[in-house]
Amino acid sequence: MLLSQYLFFFLSFVAVLSALMVILDKNPVHSVLFLIVTFFAIAGHYLLLNAQFLAVTHIIVYAGAIMVLFLYVIMMLNLNKEIEPHKKNIPKVAAVISAGVLMMCLVALLKGAEVQMLPAARNSNIGLVDSLGKVLFKEYMLPFEISSVLFLAAMVGAVFLSKKEIH
Amino acid sequence: MKDVIVGIPIQWYIYLSVALFCIGVLGVLFRRNAIIIFMCVELMLNAVNLLMVAFSRYFGDTSGQVFVFFVMVVAAAEVAVGLAILMMIFRNTKSTDIDTLNRLKW
Repeated sequence: MLLSQYLFFFLSFVAVLSALMVILDKNPVHSVLFLIVTFFAIAGHYLLLNAQFLAVTHIIVYAGAIMVLFLYVIMMLNLNKEIEPHKKNIPKVAAVISAGVLMMCLVALLKGAEVQMLPAARNSNIGLVDSLGKVLFKEYMLPFEISSVLFLAAMVGAVFLSKKEIH
Repeated sequence: MKDVIVGIPIQWYIYLSVALFCIGVLGVLFRRNAIIIFMCVELMLNAVNLLMVAFSRYFGDTSGQVFVFFVMVVAAAEVAVGLAILMMIFRNTKSTDIDTLNRLKW
């Protein structure tokens, strides 16, 4: 077995296990911390796939910004305890069954799929910031600019929503 | 790690992404806490991101990795607005349980 295969199995195991712990842990703070572990494992996968810039961006954006935002909200709402009341078991069983059926369908669908590699795949430098920046600022210039408008709209919406109403 | 794609077939990445996506779906259906549901949506977006990076590496096309940036942009905007809505819900109902918001139920 190659070293990369060991790394793949280790990172996949960590990612799937901590993703399961996100939904099984009752404490929201623990869920956030497990989700950060999952994101680090996915960043490791990005490194394995030779997408170094994306791995760094992923850690900065997800572990650095989004999950900190989640932690702040949990802290402000004071949810650091198991407030989830005990509910009926029927919706949970239905949830497990439907998610299992979805997974079975996807796996059965993808089982016979043949994926052929193109000859261009030998070029392993596509994940570097050099080639990524060229494509982003040449081919995807307009979507890049429009995404800044989306950010502005999201920022205005968040400020407006979280403002206290004045009666 | 020049020959990393020699040892790992792309099917493994497809199955890993399917597993992560289904765990996210399970979380959305299973949990009643709105914050956990948001986190599971993030998990699903990340499963798709991982698959796009894997395909872009195996097919030697940079566009897949650029699309991951746009998915990250959408995820960040969604979390900012979603958590603001969550704060409003908590201010009005004193809980983040989605079962208290059943006015739209038929």
